[in-house]
Amino acid sequence: MSSETWELTGQRSHGRVYWALADCWNVVRRGLTHYQRQPVNIAWQLGFPILSVLLYGYVFGSAMKVPGGGDYRDFLMPGMFVMTMAFGFINTATVVVYDSTKGVIDRFRSMPMAASAVVAGRGVTDLIVACAELTILMLTAFAMGWRPDGGLGFLGAFALLLWLRFALIWLGVWLGLLVPNPEAAGGLFAVAFPLTMISSIYVAPQLMPDWLGVVAAWNPVSSTAAATRELFGSPVGSGDSWVEQHALLMAGVWPVVLTAVFVPLAVRRFQRLSR
Amino acid sequence: MDGYAVWAEGLEKRYGEKRALAGFELGVREGTVHGLLGPNGAGKTTAVRILSTLIRLDGGRAMVAGLDVARRPRDVRGRIGLTGQYAAVDEVLTGRQNLEMFGRLFHLGGRRAKRRAEELLEQFDLTDAADNGVGKYSGGMRRRLDLAASMILAPAVLFLDEPTTGLDPRSRGEVWESVRALVAGGTTVLLTTQYLEEADKLASRITVIDQGRAIADDTPDGLKNTVGGDRIEVVVAERADISRVAKVVARVTDAEPEADEGDLRVHAPVTDRVAALTEVARTLQDEGVPVEDIGLRRPSLDDVFLHLTGHRTESPTTQKEEAAA
Repeated sequence: MSSETWELTGQRSHGRVYWALADCWNVVRRGLTHYQRQPVNIAWQLGFPILSVLLYGYVFGSAMKVPGGGDYRDFLMPGMFVMTMAFGFINTATVVVYDSTKGVIDRFRSMPMAASAVVAGRGVTDLIVACAELTILMLTAFAMGWRPDGGLGFLGAFALLLWLRFALIWLGVWLGLLVPNPEAAGGLFAVAFPLTMISSIYVAPQLMPDWLGVVAAWNPVSSTAAATRELFGSPVGSGDSWVEQHALLMAGVWPVVLTAVFVPLAVRRFQRLSR
Repeated sequence: MDGYAVWAEGLEKRYGEKRALAGFELGVREGTVHGLLGPNGAGKTTAVRILSTLIRLDGGRAMVAGLDVARRPRDVRGRIGLTGQYAAVDEVLTGRQNLEMFGRLFHLGGRRAKRRAEELLEQFDLTDAADNGVGKYSGGMRRRLDLAASMILAPAVLFLDEPTTGLDPRSRGEVWESVRALVAGGTTVLLTTQYLEEADKLASRITVIDQGRAIADDTPDGLKNTVGGDRIEVVVAERADISRVAKVVARVTDAEPEADEGDLRVHAPVTDRVAALTEVARTLQDEGVPVEDIGLRRPSLDDVFLHLTGHRTESPTTQKEEAAA
């Protein structure tokens, strides 16, 4: 045996809050080390939005129009950022389902660490990764000729994108604890894809059939898309409906609603693990 | 409860209508390996998950390392290690990164977590593979890393839930070696298993669980004695000979022999061992019955299990299939 005794000593030297934060940071470190060891994962996650921009921007681009005028590619870029944030919940769900089916979450729960750190650490990791993704995507967009307004508007748009991503972490955690295996989590993409199509991400809702346009306008991601377009100074293409006229407000409100719905669901699912 | 690292009385756990644990009792003496043996669905994993604070109990009381699991789960977690049915390690990280992460989460602090990781890598013979991703590890290496992770705090009590399920025989041997080393260091181990051989090899005491209840608790030898002493066993070459051999064995031993058609075996309890063996052998030779093998054997835990529960743990073929997987 070792000369050193390996007992639970740290617990006594600091309070609960200190350890909750320390545990959270250690879970974040783990998540970031994953990207450090497999940097290609970021490329996979960004491959789809970049490919979408190339396809929609250049293949369909000339056939697309933006109500109220403006370049379609400029209209599309903020949509691409929103789509990446929206699909982010699949990444969250994939990691959570993997950890829960492989027993990693059980191991964490059998340890004297703060239970909150398991989920909070995931959330912080996802937000850090989202910042990295947005930076890469914005540089890509810049290279393709997108020229946003700078200043506070830019920062505001960036914050609204993260705000949406934050709200969807809870959807991801809930789904990750709900679906039975990692393969099923991959299947979430098939559900998420049409949900982002029926929005203002690719096409302005007012160009759609009436009923579909209403659905698209009320899609939470549409509000974030319209609000960030406005703040970036890109073409907005909004219609006359109330929800489209109040995009900035709704881009703030929708994530609150999503969080209010999915945090309790995720927490309840997490507590069910103890049953 | 003095001298017991794990003590459970009247444990109850219900899932809807099903009683997963129905008044389960368990006492594990400090510094021993205690086997918890039972078929699939008997309640082994439920018991371990309650004792390791992963799920709440519905009734009864459980003490681990002197602490009540229901009242002080967080303190219990500082004194236990758990290795579940899956190797619960991070597949993307390296072995070293895994142990350092878990060490920090056990609140050792960065530098001590590093030192502890180094120590454990050496102890579990993983130093050479320390900086490879766990995704590239063999099943046995993963299990050893998993064991190392559950040993970070040198826990008073280690729960091993079917630690060798799905491993090939060589990896299984490696895990057994590690468990023996841990116990030599003073850790108490509660080991659940479906493999009777594993319980026989490692445990100094065994609790047999069936339908959520402890139906026996004894040393391996004591359990074997409950099904009677030694048995004489004859293996025949042809299935048609089974009844003739059974008659001979019955006449000599004056007991009702059991015939196992599948294995072509006939066996019966004996008291005067050598005399019975000679007599059976001579009679069979005189009658000209061809015999593959004849001998005396101690009852196996398998016999105990069959005797206690009326069913086997599982068929030998599924054991082999699992080992190959």
